[in-house]
Amino acid sequence: MRILISLVSGALFGLGLIISGMTDTKKVQGWLDIFGEWDPTLAFVMGGAMLPMVIAWKATQVRTPLTADKFPAANTAGIDRDLIIGSVFFGIGWGLAGLCPGPAIASLSFGGSSGVVFASAMIIGMLSTRRLQAFFRKAENTSKTIT
Amino acid sequence: MPMDWIYGLVGGVLIGCAGAFLLLGNGRVMGASGLVFGMFKTTDRRIWIENLAFVSALFIAPMLFVRPLNIGPTHASENVIVVAIAGLAVGFGTRLANGCTSGHGVCGISRFSLRGIAATMAYILAGAVSVVVFKHLLGAI
Repeated sequence: MRILISLVSGALFGLGLIISGMTDTKKVQGWLDIFGEWDPTLAFVMGGAMLPMVIAWKATQVRTPLTADKFPAANTAGIDRDLIIGSVFFGIGWGLAGLCPGPAIASLSFGGSSGVVFASAMIIGMLSTRRLQAFFRKAENTSKTIT
Repeated sequence: MPMDWIYGLVGGVLIGCAGAFLLLGNGRVMGASGLVFGMFKTTDRRIWIENLAFVSALFIAPMLFVRPLNIGPTHASENVIVVAIAGLAVGFGTRLANGCTSGHGVCGISRFSLRGIAATMAYILAGAVSVVVFKHLLGAI
């Protein structure tokens, strides 16, 4: 049952992404391009996605998930450095290629070699995050000892 | 095209339904970066299979419907170096921040999470700066 729900959700997500135009990197970059020919589509996609999600989060207050005991607790870490630095890195890559993780997978079958290169690099980036983080921490500590 | 915003809205509602379904069904937050990364974490076999199922469907459904729905090309950059650097930044950034447009954006903002809202503002701002620098200043994209 949980696998079936995952499959249906993934398929709906994929269809939503291609219908909304979010697999078109020009539309995504167009939304970010405030000094160019600005494309408002992404705002409508976000707005449309909010409707069912707000209702769903409301429903989590009065019921339990179909196949689990409880809903995921909110992350209590607050707005920390990793959240902001990570999001800035993500934003830079997002603007540069016009792809984020969802559309990268959704467009893999028709996005040509660029799509494959992006998705592969993205997965390499994900898998090396812990190592890169350790590297940055070490570099930071070294510079602290020097100064 | 003038009709683009309607397709955006319809697609957006579908994306929201996908997130609502995963949340109310499995009690999980629909974050694409987390689910993709989860395919490489095999510690919990049950969760691993779910992640694999989600990402497989996310890949296969567009493959089947891209022609019938007459979906246009991705217009992605042909420059392998640009695309590779962008991919690395997206992969590293989303893991460090523990979420992307779907997790922090769609699922986070809709639960009025401060972390989700802050992350979304940060990546949109960085994305806008990125487009200004790489497109208008450097002409790389």
